[in-house]
Amino acid sequence: MSQTHRLPNGGRVDRNKVLTFTFNGQQYKGYEGDSLAAALLANGVDIIGRSFKYSRPRGIYAAGAEEPNAVLQIGATEATQIPNVRATQQALYQGLVATSTNGWPNVNTDMMGILGKVGGKLMPPGFYYKTFMYPKSFWMTYEKYIRKAAGLGRSPTQNDPDTYDNMNHHCDVLIVGAGPAGLAAALAAARSGARVIVADEQEEFGGSLLDSRESLDGKPAMEWVAKAIAELKGLPDVKLLPRATVNGYHDHNFLTIHERLTDHLGDRAPIGQVRQRLHRVRAKRVVLATGACERPLVYGNNDVPGNMLAGAVSTYVRRYGVAPGKKLLLSTNNDHAYRVALDWLDAGQNVVAVADARSNPRGALVEEARAKGIRILTGSAVIEARGTKRVTGARVAAIDLKTHSVTSPGEWLECDLVATSGGYSPVVHLASHLGGKPTWREDILGFVPGEAPQKRVCVGGINGVYGLGDSLADGFEGGVRAASEAGFKAVEGVLPKALNQLQEATVALFHVPHEKGTARAPKQFVDLQNDVTAAAIELATREGFESVEHVKRYTALGFGTDQGKLGNVNGLAIAARSLNVTIPQMGTTMFRPNYTPVTFGAIAGRHCGHIFEPVRYTALQAWHVKQGAEFEDVGQWKRPWYFPRNGEDLHAAVKRECQAVRDSVGILDASTLGKIDIQGPDAREFLNRIYTNAWTKLDVGKARYGLMCKEDGMVFDDGVTACLADNHFVMTTTTGGAARVLQWLEIYQQTEWPELKVYFTSVTDHYATLTLSGPNSRKLLSEVTDIDLDREAFPFMTWKEGLVAGVPARVFRISFTGELSYEVNIQADYAMGVLEKIVEAGKKYNLTPYGTETMHVLRAEKGFIIVGQDTDGSMTPDDLNMGWCVGRTKPFSWLGWRGMNREDCVRDQRKQLVGLKPVNPTQWLPEGAQLVFDPKQTIPMTMVGHVTSSYAHNSLGYSFAMGVVKGGLKRIGERVFSPQADGSVIEAEIVSSVFFDPKGDRQNI
Amino acid sequence: MLHIFCPHCGELRSEEEFHASGQAHIPRPLDPNACTDKEWGDYMFFRDNPRGLHHELWNHVAGCRQFFNATRNTVTYEILETYLIGTQPQFTEQAASVAPTATREQGEKV
Amino acid sequence: MQRYSGFGLFKHSLSHHENWQKMWRTPTPKKVYDVVIVGGGGHGLATAYYLAKEHGITNVAVVEKGWLGGGNTARNTTIVRSNYLWDESAHLYEHAMKLWEGLSQDLNYNVMFSQRGVYNLCHTLQDIRDSERRVSANRLNGVDGELLDGKQVADEIPYLDCSKNTRYPIIGATVQRRGGVARHDAVAWGFARAADALGVDLIQQTEVLGFRKENGVCIGVETSKGFIGAKRVGVVTAGNSGHMARQAGFRLPVESHPLQALVSEPIKPIIDSVIMSNAVHGYISQSDKGDLVIGAGIDGWVGYGQRGSYPVIEHTIQAIVEMFPVLSRVRMNRQWGGIVDTTPDACPIISKTPVPNLFFNCGWGTGGFKATPGSGNVFAASLAKGEMHPLAAPFSIDRFYNGALIDEHGAAAVAH
Repeated sequence: MSQTHRLPNGGRVDRNKVLTFTFNGQQYKGYEGDSLAAALLANGVDIIGRSFKYSRPRGIYAAGAEEPNAVLQIGATEATQIPNVRATQQALYQGLVATSTNGWPNVNTDMMGILGKVGGKLMPPGFYYKTFMYPKSFWMTYEKYIRKAAGLGRSPTQNDPDTYDNMNHHCDVLIVGAGPAGLAAALAAARSGARVIVADEQEEFGGSLLDSRESLDGKPAMEWVAKAIAELKGLPDVKLLPRATVNGYHDHNFLTIHERLTDHLGDRAPIGQVRQRLHRVRAKRVVLATGACERPLVYGNNDVPGNMLAGAVSTYVRRYGVAPGKKLLLSTNNDHAYRVALDWLDAGQNVVAVADARSNPRGALVEEARAKGIRILTGSAVIEARGTKRVTGARVAAIDLKTHSVTSPGEWLECDLVATSGGYSPVVHLASHLGGKPTWREDILGFVPGEAPQKRVCVGGINGVYGLGDSLADGFEGGVRAASEAGFKAVEGVLPKALNQLQEATVALFHVPHEKGTARAPKQFVDLQNDVTAAAIELATREGFESVEHVKRYTALGFGTDQGKLGNVNGLAIAARSLNVTIPQMGTTMFRPNYTPVTFGAIAGRHCGHIFEPVRYTALQAWHVKQGAEFEDVGQWKRPWYFPRNGEDLHAAVKRECQAVRDSVGILDASTLGKIDIQGPDAREFLNRIYTNAWTKLDVGKARYGLMCKEDGMVFDDGVTACLADNHFVMTTTTGGAARVLQWLEIYQQTEWPELKVYFTSVTDHYATLTLSGPNSRKLLSEVTDIDLDREAFPFMTWKEGLVAGVPARVFRISFTGELSYEVNIQADYAMGVLEKIVEAGKKYNLTPYGTETMHVLRAEKGFIIVGQDTDGSMTPDDLNMGWCVGRTKPFSWLGWRGMNREDCVRDQRKQLVGLKPVNPTQWLPEGAQLVFDPKQTIPMTMVGHVTSSYAHNSLGYSFAMGVVKGGLKRIGERVFSPQADGSVIEAEIVSSVFFDPKGDRQNI
Repeated sequence: MLHIFCPHCGELRSEEEFHASGQAHIPRPLDPNACTDKEWGDYMFFRDNPRGLHHELWNHVAGCRQFFNATRNTVTYEILETYLIGTQPQFTEQAASVAPTATREQGEKV
Repeated sequence: MQRYSGFGLFKHSLSHHENWQKMWRTPTPKKVYDVVIVGGGGHGLATAYYLAKEHGITNVAVVEKGWLGGGNTARNTTIVRSNYLWDESAHLYEHAMKLWEGLSQDLNYNVMFSQRGVYNLCHTLQDIRDSERRVSANRLNGVDGELLDGKQVADEIPYLDCSKNTRYPIIGATVQRRGGVARHDAVAWGFARAADALGVDLIQQTEVLGFRKENGVCIGVETSKGFIGAKRVGVVTAGNSGHMARQAGFRLPVESHPLQALVSEPIKPIIDSVIMSNAVHGYISQSDKGDLVIGAGIDGWVGYGQRGSYPVIEHTIQAIVEMFPVLSRVRMNRQWGGIVDTTPDACPIISKTPVPNLFFNCGWGTGGFKATPGSGNVFAASLAKGEMHPLAAPFSIDRFYNGALIDEHGAAAVAH
């Protein structure tokens, strides 16, 4: 039988569009316009899952974002699995596949449920803190079983096939919520000409009007909604976002909106469409029209399927044409909930009774119900429900609110649906994300937004303004205020007329008393998702957890995916009574984003994979790829690491590349080195202050190596700077340090020495740098340049301008390999052409491209450091044996000088950079390996340094390394030892860090 | 996410364009060599770190690359003003108790 | 102290759990204590516990302005590891690790210390060098650690994208198998209950407003509930340390920054260990309840609001999806921030101060939780003797003057 609980008519569903879906393997039918929850209820599905801790059967409890139970797994394929979808917020679509997340073998006959019944008594809050401690070694075993019970849904195990977006907006007024107050605010703001965004989490706009019995101007309220939407759509600067939840209210009016573009169509977005979008909005003013959320009363067995939030019953009846039961019993403490009984009656169903906690209710809805012959039991409440898999009855008894006690034995009433309403909680989440503490209002028995510095207006239900007419007026006025504060002139408007009905106050009842006392009564659930009971909260307070945060943390109240939307206020009330304080004295826990959960993919947007971070390539990338290069990540750059030929591995390729440079000539793409153009009359003075060495005497046409230190005297970058003109220099930095160095120069110029006239421009990407290195580099270069390369005319550490391969170039004669080298800088656009000509000319010299690894080997053979590899932010120039690069007599106290002269920086036995030569020349010291003097010492051993660079395959023919050793420079010739993970020990001799051509002849040929 | 008025660009821009560079108004000692280790350590490492108004240095890294100062409340994160290097703040901890909270952000075009 | 056990639970279930005792008393402050600890977080409570247990000093008060364990103890991502690079750090954190290993039994409170292993991913050749350096140092210091290659990483961590398709392909990892996670709240409550049982007064909802000095020597604290005298005062107030120091009349080399974290909705177990990546900037583990617990970086500015900026969250989620693409459809439930007290060398300050008898324990930055028992233990010893414990001595404020920093971030160790 299909759709047994579907009413013959009514609702906003399209009965002509029948949709098939499956739940737990069984096929069902529903209509377009249904939520999954509505469709399940229409088919009489009672048990939707099992509870987290006690494995009790649970049914659909609410109709919106507050739903604690109906949290399902959705997805027809592995890759499109979606965990923890609230059935109440999921639109039904053709072919939807849903399953429960707990229950074995299935939710109807669940074995864990038996365990829950028996074991439940042993599981008071925090029970796990009190047990599983012995024997000590067993915790991991206990935990294995505890983890089996973890979680609701499951993650897919295949990669997500869908695409997600981020989108940035600036608007004048962002309106959160498109119920009556929100729409009124939107009209007011939009008519003023402001740029307006209206976002609402539901499938369609209307909010509470979607299931309201009320009329506006004598017509169904939704007609006004349709008119309002049409007007807003017609305005140019208005953006309407349904299915879009404003999830986070961040500082300075920055808000995030999670829009679900295609989740109502399927578990996978149609081809070419984005599944979800995360809007990042900066709003001049925000109007919060988030409404209020009904809260249930807490009574015995209030979790058995068939217990439902009163408002949800109305939603299912009026919006979806579904009756989630036959015989309704309503338990309430307020007037508004009476609409449920009236809706139920209108739908031709049986209202068993209304239990009203108030002694003499006389509101308009109450009188209407009375007039229609509904039995009203005053001064009473549902004390407990009966039934295991579905409510079969409930006991209504008289209660005394003052003494919190049951005053009559009461009466068991047969029913299959208990609707419960304990009043309304304004949805203050967003208003509180930035720390504004909500304020308790005794007149409405709810927290309203507290004071906050944000530029926002709260309207309607969130303010405790509940009457429809009042809410519209509040909304409109709020919209006017927001727009005018944002600089727009509001236009007057006429609001539709709502019927003004007498509404009496709600009475303070949260936790319904039970004659057995809380600890012994049938379980009274406060937080259904986390199985937190009233007894648990009382126990927590008994054990000394007095702060609201303690209670929350000890019991897990409000920790679920619903973040306590239903349970928190009730929990507070119970704790407050137990501690004999008031609810406002208890206070609330912190509200944090998100209001409802947000898909990771939507937050990440497109920023994954290759655009996780920008990839930087040099102008020669295509050539490198063609040469078969392997690449290394250096900062954001992809740099050729080595160029394997004929199946060579790293070591073979590097050995060959090294040899080629030493024997003939190699070419390196050095374009990634940072290049900063420095100009101004004080450029030279500035360099003097920023570098450790002196720059006063560097002539035009010359270049010099320099070290940079932080104020603490520790080396943080290095490079060669050339003097282009007396007031013009070009600085090179390490590849990874380019941005950092530029900022470093700027901060000192702008904040410390603004009197120095000097300007910096990053030119890293403007120039490509080709390094020709090796004894044949002069011969090769001479074939493609007009520059006089003569040894005397173009000496070491100078630069010249000229044409290379017909293109204007700056050529620097500097060397990082120890060989005769030329660094050719040309405009990046020409680089490929220049390279091709050089390669062509280089054939006869066996010109060999080499990568970063060979560069590292060759420089290490010369003892040149790499900042970041041979240094770690704790090394002074003297530690690096680079005292020659320290201008000890410079008149200005340059950056680093004072720092490197502090007590600890000048002491003896600091770690110093030295060369290391394994005693066995074939042994390789792992880079990073720690060094000791005494390999026989027991652990913990005294470590005296570590290996910073190490190369077994090189041009020397033996393994060598660089490293730091305590007092190493005075220990040349001594031995150090490196104990390895496998128990072996590598012995090495401390040697000079210059292994190759110590006199530097080769770079001077 | 903070919304910061760059006094060089004359516009309110999102925090993502900026880089926070710590406490402002810490001049480098004019004669570092005359400083004791203690004085030098104070200059390099020791900060006010106030719970309340903080004068701090920002860099519009993804914009004009200029540095400027801001007075920001470190509890509410409100930015009371931004101002050029070399100038003094209008809002200070002493003056804060009497100064009304700005109803409009600096540079907000309304 | 009412002893906890499985049998106890059963016994109490017969009386419907109506007879459990309070975990700690709510005492009225005495006029004077031997030691007053300012700050009732994990570190402060641990300090009080070890003072009483190991040094017999039970005339101790912990003064807390809010609720016990309500600061960073309640807000961290619960990671415990000891694989630090420098000897000073490694010894301190390993001291803590050894205490963790018996803590549940010592406190008779299950802190759920779960040694699931902590992985630090390597994405670049320099990451590998730094990792070898750290693992090698750990090994020689008696701290467990292994360096894995890319294939081993792929074998050990299901669903981690070890392909070459990522922006920064994973080429290795270090693992400390004794590392893991613990239940953060339980640590505070366990120490609190055990300290209370030994006679320590836990004074909540009482704010320390200043320090009273006599002839320049600290003789107690001014609180919102009046003066409390003390022979020695230990301040353990994390993000508020700078503020406390100011009340005492000096400054610290500390800045308080927001550090954000987030959790997903609870899902069935999919992440078995703790996985951290410095290069893509994110780390993840999964709690016993099923939440993915994810950490983000610190915000670059001083902030006491217990919240940071959204782009940090955004970037962290990007990193997680980059590492574990299968998690793209999982949803983020909740985010929050703590206030972390960062130091220039990413190492704590456990030190005497310019004010005699006033001691500070702060600067734990993003990584304090893992040190909780060790920090409390050495601080207690220092307060008991009036001289710094040998493991604490290198962490003196003096290092910021003489230059003997212990530069953990310079050494590329992740600081969480």
